[in-house]
Amino acid sequence: MSSQRIHTLDVTAQNLKSNARLSLKDQQLRTNMRSAMDSLISKRLISMPDEDERENLRELGNKIKASALSQLPDLLEQLESNLTKQGIQVHWASTTEEANAIVLNIAQARNAKQVIKGKSMVSEEMAMNEHLTEHGIEALESDMGEYIIQLDNEKPTHIIMPAIHKNAQQVGKLFESRLALPYTDDVDSLIQSARSILREKFFQADIGISGVNFAVAETGTLLLVENEGNGRMSTTVPPVHIAVTGIEKVVANLQDTVPLLSLLTRSALGQGITTYVNMISAPRQPDELDGPEEVHLVLLDNGRSQAFADSELRQTLNCIRCGACMNHCPVYTRIGGQAYGTVYPGPIGKIISPHLLGLENTPDHPSASSLCGACGEVCPVKIPIPALLRRLREENVKSPKQQPQIMAGQGSRYSNKEALLWKGWQAFNTKPLLYKTGTFLATRLGQFTPSKLGAWTQNHSAPKPAKRSLHELAKKHLEKKS
Amino acid sequence: MSAREKILASLRQSLEGTQPLADPFDASLVDKPWRYCPAERVTRLKELMTAVHSEVHLTRSAEWPQLLHELLTQRQINRLLTAPSTTHGQAFSAYCQIQDSSLKLLAYDRPIEEWKRELFDDVPASFTGTLAGIAATGTLVVQPSPAEPRLMSLVPPLHIALLKASQIYDNLYQAQQAWPRPMPSNLLLISGPSKTADIEQVLAYGAHGPKDLIVLLVEDA
Repeated sequence: MSSQRIHTLDVTAQNLKSNARLSLKDQQLRTNMRSAMDSLISKRLISMPDEDERENLRELGNKIKASALSQLPDLLEQLESNLTKQGIQVHWASTTEEANAIVLNIAQARNAKQVIKGKSMVSEEMAMNEHLTEHGIEALESDMGEYIIQLDNEKPTHIIMPAIHKNAQQVGKLFESRLALPYTDDVDSLIQSARSILREKFFQADIGISGVNFAVAETGTLLLVENEGNGRMSTTVPPVHIAVTGIEKVVANLQDTVPLLSLLTRSALGQGITTYVNMISAPRQPDELDGPEEVHLVLLDNGRSQAFADSELRQTLNCIRCGACMNHCPVYTRIGGQAYGTVYPGPIGKIISPHLLGLENTPDHPSASSLCGACGEVCPVKIPIPALLRRLREENVKSPKQQPQIMAGQGSRYSNKEALLWKGWQAFNTKPLLYKTGTFLATRLGQFTPSKLGAWTQNHSAPKPAKRSLHELAKKHLEKKS
Repeated sequence: MSAREKILASLRQSLEGTQPLADPFDASLVDKPWRYCPAERVTRLKELMTAVHSEVHLTRSAEWPQLLHELLTQRQINRLLTAPSTTHGQAFSAYCQIQDSSLKLLAYDRPIEEWKRELFDDVPASFTGTLAGIAATGTLVVQPSPAEPRLMSLVPPLHIALLKASQIYDNLYQAQQAWPRPMPSNLLLISGPSKTADIEQVLAYGAHGPKDLIVLLVEDA
């Protein structure tokens, strides 16, 4: 069984290449991923059959996010002011350490022992579970997929479907070994077992944690999207609710959530809407009988302001976390999400992770793409992911000393040899005498090109230079004409 | 410098010399493709909600209490959480009295802390009203209130909701125009019983919330 699991991977972002090689050999993983992604691709298309409707909405989604980002600091202040007025406490964190300290402070002030979590990718960025556990607080995931991978000490493989790399037999065996339940691969029974365990945890929890899909500045509303009801449980049953989110999740007006919601749920799962859309604008009011007494919002930067500083890279922050780019990515489908070693895998992961972790920690991510363009074509908010990947490749090979420094870890793939080679190439192509001599020699000595050229000739035949250069042919042609 | 000041200063510096982009919202893009005539609204809502495992019963103002009572009897449910202060709660309670029903009506009349165990373990069904319906997506708009608190539509395994046909909007955009402002402390869109596809994308109902959702759609109201 252990050979079918991939948490033997060294799950750090540094090892993308070696992780990818291991994952490619994992037949179970590849079968599970292929069938899941094929199904998600077709569901999305079925839910967006009218091309005009779809494309107009993507354009609108893009503009709404661009407009929100163009006034981001003002919207954040408006959001903070409205939430505060309505009784929700707002906290700011530049780093994940600061965010963890804020959460821990709230927990310790309430003497909390048990925390139940709805799905939140930002809490994954923070490694919040580990942090709380270190301080003696149990942090339990309640999203079915997150619960499964937490049981197996794994990291999410997909931002929407964290356990999509496992099949029902694997989950059945996991429940058998970790929860001492009789083995079954019947999905309904597995879900009902998890439901009854987690219901008790919701009942006991001192604090509920959630993410946020959209934060509305105009009304001071946190909007959460989900199918399972664990998000509603986490934000309603415990006496304290802490929402954690990135600073880019704010939109100006409540009506902006109409197109964004429709884009999000259809792009992610091919659903016209999720089972629950939960809009929270205040804690329990004096005349209300349930809901949390305290609601907190933690706004996390963690590298986002670095992406924000560059108008091209800023588009990375349009992302509404639907996962469509990974579902359509030929690389992601083959290697799975864990090989990336980052919280956000796939195409969006490759353009956001370098800002969160620095290029030095994600050196292979910008180039782990064939630039086929599928991600950009399906992105509901039209992030030009392939263009941003190429941009990051440039930042990745700039001299580490070159100013201005746009990215942390700039030039992590910089090599003197390569820089020199490009300088030579530049000289060759800009100095006519050098170019003419060079092409003359190459065409005349072409027959001496070796037939084995390392990695290139493993899959290709060796290149043979033409007998005459294009310049020579053109010259001859013109002479003949005259 | 606090994290707040640091983040805002950095964002402001990055925007120096730029102007906010105009509000690009275009209502026609979210409204026009999703319009229906009144009869279509009812059929579409019913069709979409049924497709995600909800039961939708078309009924009339004079008939729904009897229908509700029958549905509960069929399911052998003998305890129902209702809101006695609402019109629909009163109507059903009156019906039960006349029928001398053995159904026990429970009220959410004290803070959750005082009866959490009972709500989690001994309440098989709840009955609430709705603020509106949405035809485009097959959705109920539910506004929790002191009479019908947030957990009423979440914890019991069966949730029954009363929806007036006249309250069904074409789409989310239109429904949103009628929402109370300022926004209530909690507002919900509910489109079926709770579900998950987290294992192998196999759909399973009754993940964490209700396993069943029944909508009583009152056509003459």
